[in-house]
Order: sequence, then C-alpha cells, then structure tokens
Amino acid sequence: MSDLLHTPLHDLHVERGAKMVPFAGYAMPVQYKLGVMKEHQHTRAKAGLFDVSHMGQVKVTGDGAAAALERLIPVDIIGLAENRQRYGFFTNDHGGIMDDLMLANRGDHIFVVVNAACKDADIAHMKAHLEPDVTVTPVPDRALLALQGPAAETVLSALNPAAADMAFMDVATLDLNGAECWVSRSGYTGEDGYEISVPNDQAVDLAQALLAHDDVEPIGLGARDSLRLEGGLCLYGHDIDTGTTPIQAALTWAIQKVRRAGGDRAGGFPGADAIFSEMAEGVSRKRVGFLPDGRAPMREGVAIFADAESDVQIGNITSGGFGPTVGGPVAMGYLATAHASPGTTVYGELRGKRLPLTVTKMPFTPANFKR
Amino acid sequence: MKFTEEHEWLRPEDDVIVVGITEHATTQLGDIVFVELPEVGTTVAKDDEAVVIESVKAASDIMAPIDGEIVAVNEALADNPGLANEDATGDGWFFKIKPSDPSQMDDYMDEAAYNDMIA
Repeated sequence: MSDLLHTPLHDLHVERGAKMVPFAGYAMPVQYKLGVMKEHQHTRAKAGLFDVSHMGQVKVTGDGAAAALERLIPVDIIGLAENRQRYGFFTNDHGGIMDDLMLANRGDHIFVVVNAACKDADIAHMKAHLEPDVTVTPVPDRALLALQGPAAETVLSALNPAAADMAFMDVATLDLNGAECWVSRSGYTGEDGYEISVPNDQAVDLAQALLAHDDVEPIGLGARDSLRLEGGLCLYGHDIDTGTTPIQAALTWAIQKVRRAGGDRAGGFPGADAIFSEMAEGVSRKRVGFLPDGRAPMREGVAIFADAESDVQIGNITSGGFGPTVGGPVAMGYLATAHASPGTTVYGELRGKRLPLTVTKMPFTPANFKR
Repeated sequence: MKFTEEHEWLRPEDDVIVVGITEHATTQLGDIVFVELPEVGTTVAKDDEAVVIESVKAASDIMAPIDGEIVAVNEALADNPGLANEDATGDGWFFKIKPSDPSQMDDYMDEAAYNDMIA
C-alpha cells in the first residue's frame, strides 16, 4: 500500500490497531479492534469518531458564488442562510448524478464537501464551469473528522460549549482544543453528530482529545457503511451514479421548489429538462429499501424478480448487508416503479435460489437528528 | 484434530468427522451474521461447496474437506451465527460428515503444522 495517500491520522489509526485498506487512493481504517459489529453498535449507543479526511473540502469564493454553483447543482443555494448547510449533487446533461455533496454558506464563501473518489473530477468540473466568475479553492491543508452518536453533543461541548447550541445542519467556526475548526452538525450515520474540519497539523491532537472521552471509540469504514445503509443514505458509485437521476434515486426532496419547473429560479442546471420531465411524468424505476425475509444478507448486484419463477428482472440491489441495529439483513436498490410500493414481496436471486424480500421505507433505523 | 489450508478443522468423533473453521479464520472474517448449512443426507465430494458463511464484510464458501455424507448440521448457528466467532472449535462447529474414504484425513496438517502456517 506504499503508493496510497495517508491522512494526517494515519499513524494514530495504526497505533489504535486499525486494519488499513485501500479506499479511493488512500490507506483508510476499515475497522479497529472492536470489529465492525461492535463499532456500529457503539456509535448508535454512545459516540464514534471517524476519519473522513480523504473527502474533498473546497471553498468557492467571490460575489455570486451561490448563484454560480446553482449553474451546476439543482439546489437552492442562493436561499441558503448564512451558517446553514444543505445536501446537493452535481448533475450531468442527462440528469445523472456526477457526485453528491454538502454545501454550507459561510458568508464570504460557500464551503463544499465532496466524495473522495470524485474530488479531482469535481474540482475540475467547478473550475471549468465557474471560473473566472468565482474562485474554486481546494482545502488540502485540513483534515475532516466525524463525531457521531447520541453522546456526540456532550463530548464536543466539553471542548466548546457552543457545540450544544448548534441545530441539525448548522455550521460554525469553533475553537476546539486550540484549533480553529469549521464544524457542521451533520453526518452520515443517521445519528446526531458533527463533522469537523481541522488544520492538518492539529488533527491528531484533536482526535486524541475526543478519543480520551470514555464514550468515544474510533470507528472504521466498515461500520460507517452499515450505519449509513441502515440510515437509508446513498453511497456514491453504488446507490447513485451518472446513470441514475435524483428523481429515480428518491432524492427529489433535495431539489427545492424554487429550482423546480415553475419556480423563480427553475432549471439552469445540467439535465434540467430530463429531471423536470421525470418529475412531471414519473419514473420507470426508483430507489427503495428491502428487508430480506430470511437471515441471508443480499449484497450489491443481487438481481430482483417479481416472483420465484419469472425470467424478467425488475430491479437490483445496489447496497446490502447485515444491519447490526436492525439485527438482520437490510438492502437498498432500484425497482420497477410498478413493484416499488412498500409492503410488496419481491424475490432476490442468491446463489441460484430465489429468496423473498419485502419492499420497505427507509431509514431502517429511526433518524436521531437534533432538529 | 486435523487442519486444512482453507482454515477448516476436522475432529474425528466415533465414526464421523466434525468440521468447522478455525479461530484464526473467524477473526479474519469478522463478525459472522449468517451461516447456510448443507442438508442432512447430502453426499458431498471433496472440494464441493458445503457451507456459505456471511460476515459483516463478505460472503465466503466453505468446501467439503473430504468425500462423504453429511449426517448432522449445527442448527444452533441458524439463530446464533456468532457462535462461530465465540467458540470456533467447539459450539461453532458446522457439520458432521461420515467419510467414504477415511484415508483422505491423512492429507491434512496437524495442529503444530497449522500453527506454523498461520504464524
């Protein structure tokens, strides 16, 4: 793994007994000594600390930064209040999703956090389409930590009481352990928590200060995946990609009315025609949750059929596995709209056998956000 | 007790062989969440797929280490697959096989040789 990039926390992961794996060009911890199951359960019960420094942090600066970003992202960014954050995605000319992201209005700039595997392409995309009207500046000198779970507020408030005053999707600059941190109250687990952008040279000290709390354990990518899956949250490259539109992906909620057909700033983003046509006429397939009836996990790639005999495939699983909090297998994927009502029984083909699953609303575990 | 390179253990018990996977294997696999066992009465050949185990990470196949007939399976794993992690060489056994050629056992390692292999 010598050609892999390291995050500033790499040595700390190794010291903590992490099993390191390649992920999006980085050596990342997939699990620590607790193991995936206990790390997952610990995060839901107390608090977990995740290193997500491989993700891309980008500042978009200049007059009209919000308006400029709206040319690439079908989300209300101009209307995003200062120190508030919102979910969004870049679309292509066909309405496909190029990446999903978080946007925060920081007053003099929009702060964007994108997926690790897409960050170079995203930065090039923004530079190509937005400069020179605005300036796109990657922020490689900062690490990104996520502190997630019901104890996150108590833990972070011990370092700065102002953390407790933040509501879900608020952002703030907070002094944490002597470091100037850009903090958002958000995450990727379905739990309350924070994402913390911290200067690289202060990241290890901050991570150790957080880990010093009895309620905090380091959590690897394995549990990050099972937590987000139970939370019904999409993983880019699996549940969404350039071949899926936001409407098919059941992310219509993220496109505010002002950007939809008939809105004051309708369209003006790549693929608007395709997306508006799907919104008006409906989609032939959509993203749904599945609960396999048995105990066998059904993972990405499992083909879905309407019944135990039919040759006609009606969908496929894009993410699946064992949900430690659910206590059984959970999955999400795409299904022909005619079969996609919650409660419908469909069949997944696993090792040559057709096994029943029930179409289910997501999340699989109730979201626990601080509204 | 004998061991395969695939991290299975084989323990003779009367005229049958009890088969499971080693603690080394279960540690590598992580938390086991599902075990699909063969049907009792199935005749298997060496290297036939006999068991599917799913951990939180991935699915793995366990092959029959010898020819024979499956005469018992560990039903407790259906409700509590984590037994394979908790007691790999005891309560976490997978199946019992009646060998058709007991000399196939001679192909496998003893405990010292297996420990050398995983060291």
